[in-house]
Amino acid sequence: MNHLISVLVENKPGVLARVATMFARRGFNIHSLTVGPTAEEGMSRMTVVAETPEVEQITKQLYKLVHTVKVTEFEPGQAVVRELMLVKVNADPKRRSEVLNAASVFDATAVDIGSSSLTFQVAGTPESLADFLEMMRPYGVSALVKSGRIALAKNSKTKAAAGT
Amino acid sequence: MSEQLTGAQALLRALELEGVEIAFGVPGGAVLPLYDPLLDSSIRHVLARHEQGAGHMASGYAHASGRVGVTIATSGPGATNLVTPLADAYADSIPVVAITGQVASTSIGYDAFQEAHTWGITAPCTKHNYLVTDVNDIPNVVREAFHLAATGRPGPVLVDIPKNILAATMTWQGQGTIDLPGYKPRGEGHHKQISAAIKLLLASERPVFYAGGGLVRAEAAEEALTFARAANLPVVTTLMARGVIPDSYEKHLGMPGMHGTYAATMSMQRSDLLVTIGARFDDRVTGKVAAFAPDAKVIHVDIDPAEIGKVRNAEVPIVGHAKAVLKQLIAELEKQLDGDPAPDYQPWIDTVLGWRDDNPLTYDQRPEGPILQQYFIDELSRYMGDNAIVVAGVGQHQMWTSQFWKFERPNTWVNSGGLGTMGYAVPAAVGAQAAMPETTVWAIDGDGCFQMTSQELITAAIEGFPVKIAIMNNGALGMVKQWQSLFYNGRLSGVDLSGGIPDFVMLAEAMGCVGMRVDNPADVPAIIEKAMSVTDRPVVIEVVCDPDEMVFPMVPAGGSNDDVVLNKQGLK
Repeated sequence: MNHLISVLVENKPGVLARVATMFARRGFNIHSLTVGPTAEEGMSRMTVVAETPEVEQITKQLYKLVHTVKVTEFEPGQAVVRELMLVKVNADPKRRSEVLNAASVFDATAVDIGSSSLTFQVAGTPESLADFLEMMRPYGVSALVKSGRIALAKNSKTKAAAGT
Repeated sequence: MSEQLTGAQALLRALELEGVEIAFGVPGGAVLPLYDPLLDSSIRHVLARHEQGAGHMASGYAHASGRVGVTIATSGPGATNLVTPLADAYADSIPVVAITGQVASTSIGYDAFQEAHTWGITAPCTKHNYLVTDVNDIPNVVREAFHLAATGRPGPVLVDIPKNILAATMTWQGQGTIDLPGYKPRGEGHHKQISAAIKLLLASERPVFYAGGGLVRAEAAEEALTFARAANLPVVTTLMARGVIPDSYEKHLGMPGMHGTYAATMSMQRSDLLVTIGARFDDRVTGKVAAFAPDAKVIHVDIDPAEIGKVRNAEVPIVGHAKAVLKQLIAELEKQLDGDPAPDYQPWIDTVLGWRDDNPLTYDQRPEGPILQQYFIDELSRYMGDNAIVVAGVGQHQMWTSQFWKFERPNTWVNSGGLGTMGYAVPAAVGAQAAMPETTVWAIDGDGCFQMTSQELITAAIEGFPVKIAIMNNGALGMVKQWQSLFYNGRLSGVDLSGGIPDFVMLAEAMGCVGMRVDNPADVPAIIEKAMSVTDRPVVIEVVCDPDEMVFPMVPAGGSNDDVVLNKQGLK
């Protein structure tokens, strides 16, 4: 099962390696991991999607790392979750407008146009990215890259309109 | 206050301010700037013959004294040789600070001579580690390293310092400060949980106090005994906890687990409540987890939240320092009893004491020999009373020492439990002796273990640590041989050490020790007497032992603790 964990860490050299090593050492599988600065100076936030039945152990082992300040596991609906994807879709000139039309249903932006392909940038929930990919598959997806999920706790208890 | 110091001088000043009196190390190129001002420091340097030895000495020192042990090594191979002692100290929660030299910060990443990625290599086997990149950070890093090593769940911390940082100058501004926003070890346990624990205890019918090594680290021996007495509890002490509750305590059942006593193992197995403090449900204790103590609820007290629920679910989890939590438990027990006597837990107490009396640890020493290891250890324990620190390596001799030594006080038992590091005994004994110069330190070692680190007896002889080593020489890697004999159809593979090479007596003498040999059971008391009469140098006794003796009781690996085997005849 996938768990979404947000980890606030001190921004010290090697902190990513410490987290990654701990996951490897304990046999926890990382599905995706992003890291970047936060509003607070000297701190970084990692968003980890981990595959494990044992999320409590992950949380506790993360806390054992000296540079870990706060660990939050998000249940579905508790956080705004976003992911960025770049997708290169086959589109020769005669199908280009069809592909662009299809893409316009989503919040997808064409960021590069080649002679036989289009590259889209899609930002959204993991589900909307999956839907977009599904839509593009018939045209042929020749390359794709995802940023990994980022998440922030919701302020209100109500679900955000854009989904989980 | 604001004098100019080199990084190395600042490091030594910071170590002195932490109260460090002794450091065990081996120099090398990257720590040359450190070894020069070391000559002017109040810190005594003990020159080990191998960095692994230096690391285990620091651990033995910490084990025996409860203080932080310090070890120093150079970059590259010096640091990698420390990996085993660091992993060992990590597994047993021993407070050690390791200082390693590193190639100049400008050379890091260029595969310089004697460069190794020390912090990366040691991150998984330390509680925390540092690579110092600014000379001004040294005081703070040392302050934090000692704080981390000694508080919370203790453990090893490594500080890696490049040579140019050691040589750089800085302005000394005083002792460092601690800035660890994510590190907040707990003291007392949550009062609701304390109350729930005592409620559960008073409602139980078959409780067992499962006492672990965390009690030793927390210096909670007195509170543990008070609690056991006040609550009328039978007690088992794990391998790491031997001595924390005296073996003479009237309801002490011994060590549980793979080679534990029948009474200790079976009492846990039949218990309805395990009062677990500073223990971690190690596989050597539980056997097959799914079959372990099937009817027991669990109160689990630990300073490390990650230990709670890791192996066994706890009905009452309590995160806290064992000493503080025990005080709370004692007070809460008194409060809930409200003047009533504690439950007598009958007939349970009679049952477990009956198991103890009916299934004592035994051995059958024939007068004509060969010497049984258990007999030697029993005799030595009787001779020493509780006036010694006893150290062991890893294997059969370790299990027999844990079984047959009468432990009465904490910090008198030094051994490698979690990692199971062969070769631990000799250097750890040296470290223990350094910590406790007035106490006799005996190491019970195996012939296999001894050959892994015996060179540290040279250190002992030259530096004036008169440790006493008894080698249980059975001419084999005995524990491996036992398993091959029992579970691999007696096909012995790679375990033979017989043939009289080396001559341990000559080897001991060559290393500046007094060497002795005993092979007749009747001579054992006299040889102990003779070893005790030597006080100016280390002594090595080669005890020529039964090559085929096995450790029992035994729970075969992966088996249920219900299937504890009492002797060889009990094996199917």
